[in-house]
This record gives sequence, structure tokens and C-alpha cells, in this order.
Amino acid sequence: MTIPVSLVINGKTQAFDVGAHHVVADVLRERFGLTGCKVGCDQGVCGACTVLVDGAPVTGCATFMFAVDGREVTTIEGLGLDGALSPVQQAFLAAGAFQCGFCTAGMILSVTALLLRDRDPDEATIRQWLAGNICRCTGYNAIVEAVRRAARQVAEAS
Amino acid sequence: MKAPPFHYHAPDDLASAVALLATLENARVLAGGQSLMPMMNLRLAGPDHLIDLGRIADLRRIEETPQGLRIGAMTTQRALEKSDLVRRLCPLLAEAVALVGHQQTRNRGTLGGSLCHLDPGAELPVVAAALDAVLHVAGPAGARRIAFRDFPLDYLTPSLAPGEVLTHVDIARAPANSGAAFLEFNRRPADFAIVSAAATLTLGVDGRITQAAIALGGVSHAPVRLAQAEAGLIGARASVSAWESAAHLAAQSPCDGDELYPADYRQELSGVLVRRALAIACQRAGGAAHV
Repeated sequence: MTIPVSLVINGKTQAFDVGAHHVVADVLRERFGLTGCKVGCDQGVCGACTVLVDGAPVTGCATFMFAVDGREVTTIEGLGLDGALSPVQQAFLAAGAFQCGFCTAGMILSVTALLLRDRDPDEATIRQWLAGNICRCTGYNAIVEAVRRAARQVAEAS
Repeated sequence: MKAPPFHYHAPDDLASAVALLATLENARVLAGGQSLMPMMNLRLAGPDHLIDLGRIADLRRIEETPQGLRIGAMTTQRALEKSDLVRRLCPLLAEAVALVGHQQTRNRGTLGGSLCHLDPGAELPVVAAALDAVLHVAGPAGARRIAFRDFPLDYLTPSLAPGEVLTHVDIARAPANSGAAFLEFNRRPADFAIVSAAATLTLGVDGRITQAAIALGGVSHAPVRLAQAEAGLIGARASVSAWESAAHLAAQSPCDGDELYPADYRQELSGVLVRRALAIACQRAGGAAHV
């Protein structure tokens, strides 16, 4: 069965019918071409499909599309402004905080949500927030460094 | 894999949800979906009907009552984590819920979902066991209360009759001079616990222990209360030897094992976590830690 939904995706209102069993990650990728949302495990474990719903990180693979009806969804494609990268994206680049990149979009969205709540997170907080985003290529040191850089950049800009 | 198709129902009130659940064949309740959806994606679960409780606002409340705390089953784990009321009235729950899954799953996952799913490694059932939580359910035959100790029937199986829905959970206020601690051991921060331990203690005016509760997770299909260890603590003075006696009993408690974490390993962990949890609980109750 299909269900009508209406929500804001990356700042634009979208109204459409969706299969009840379709999850956020698949709809974003297949209907809207937002392939920055990666599907890793389909079990809500790896965090590659993390998107923001009303600013809070959720797993796109373990959230049905009907559950975000009326909400605001942000993907990695919606972070930059006028083609410029967001401070968190810039910090990940500057710190070399990725290798294959599969986990990066989810990481950046989690970190974006963290910095909205805590502008100067300590290392324990950073690692706690990254617990839901698994990197299988390399360690987390460069990633933690990127979060620190992003926090400094946000603090300097304001 | 992807979830198989199903019929979606989004009732606005509890009575409609119960009526749907009682009449539809092969129907499941959807709370936050953080256990059910992975099971559907893996095709371990294939309900024909999914009854979404998300529109029933009454199920999302956190309230202070004369007896303590009343929490709606659909309250998200993240809402519990951020609640001042939970931190003040039930610090054990506040401490444990921060260890449930990760940020993304806590934003969707609910108290009721976790209690009804009853994963052996889950944190919230252990808290419910330690605090003697009372569960309220609604069903075709009306409402009833279930003591948490009677709730788990078997692996992943709650004591819910067909058509019954968990609506809210009551947790009694702790007496003065009480302290609690929740500890778990796992290999990665967001994982289910290999073993978890919850402990509560109340100290009398003479410094002796007047109340003790210890619950273990990860050692059986459901949380285990250590009645013998608790009885041994009551009337005792807070001391290293008191914690060690309880830890010794914890390490001897019957335990399930698997190929990754055999029973003797989990028993060792049980002893260590119980000893540490009691010391922290004692300190939080206003006593010395005795470590």
C-alpha cells in the first residue's frame, strides 16, 4: 500500500506517495538522487545512512518514510550554502578525516548535529556522538581532529 | 535486504490501536522501529499489518507522580536521556539510557519498544528489573498491571496477550540516602552489553544497608535479580567485603554462554561489574565507596 507524505527535504517541500515499507534511505537515494546517503548494514548499526530529521541524527535505513511525514530532512547534499562547503565538511577535508569516504556523509551529519548542541565538545563527547558512525578503513583520530577543527572554525566565525 | 510490504495503520488513539491489533491477522505494533525494522530488513519478521503508535500523544509523557515516575511507552530513549525529571527521580535510568545503542537509534528508539523486544543484552530491561518497574498494558479485555519480574516469558518474548499494548511504566521514587549505578561491558560503545549490572542501595541512619537490588543483563534470556546477594547486603555495613560477597554470588549465578562469550567469561564479568556498581551506588547514597 502507498501513503501520501509531505515533508521538507534539504529546504524544499516535497509531497508524494510512498510505499509503506520504503525506508528513508532508499527513497532519498532512488527517488531524489541523494546518493550521499549510503546504505551499509540495513540494521541501524553502521550509521552510513545517517540523515538529520528536524536537526537530530537518525538512521535512514531503520526509519520508514511515513515516520518523517511533516518533518524536515537534511542530507549531506543540503549542508553547504551556495555551493560552498559547510565548516564541518571543510574541517574533514583539512584534517584528511576519511579514506574510502563511505562513512563520511553520515559522520559529517552527526557532527553537524553535535556542534549545534555543544559548540565546544570534549573528546569523550565527540567519541560518544561518533559511536553510531563506523569507519572501517582507518582510525578515528583524524576524524576527532576534524571535529575539533570544525568547532574552532564555528567559534571563530561567530 | 529490504523490508517486505505490509499494510500500514496509524491510529490516533489507544482504543483503536488495541482494536486493530486484536482483529488483524499477523499484526505487529511499531514503536521506534529500532529493533523491528532491522528484523524486517533481514526478513526475520514479516508482519502483514504494522500498527504505528506514533500518533498517540498520550504514550509519550514523562510525569512525576506521588509514587515516583510514570513514563509513556512511546517516550524516546533520547527524551529520557535529556529529561531533568528522569535525572532527578531515576538517575539509574538516566545513566543506563545513555548507553542504549547510539545517538541515531536513541532518537527513534523507545522505552516501551526496548522493554517489549527484550533483547538479552539490552540495558533498559535491566533497569526495569532492578527497580521493580510496574508495566501497564491495555488490551481487548481492558487494562492490567504487570510487575516487570513477571514480564519476560522467554527469549524475546514478553508476557503480552494477543491484542495487548504496553502503555506506560511506573518506577517508584527511591527512599532518601539511596544510590544507584549502571555499568556494562562491551567491545564497542554502541553495542549491546556482553554483561551489564544495575545496583541500588539505601543506607540507614546507622550506616547499615537497608535496601539493596542487583540485576544482571546479558547472562540469560532476561534480566536476572540476585536475591541471595541482595539479602546478604541488608543489615550489613558498607564495606569492601560486603561488595566482594555479593560479587562472589554474582559470579556463581547461572549464566548462558555462546561461542563468542562463554558462560565462565560472563560470570567473571558479572562479579567485577557487581562489585564496582555497588561501590559507586554506595558513594552516591552518601556513603564511602569502599573500593
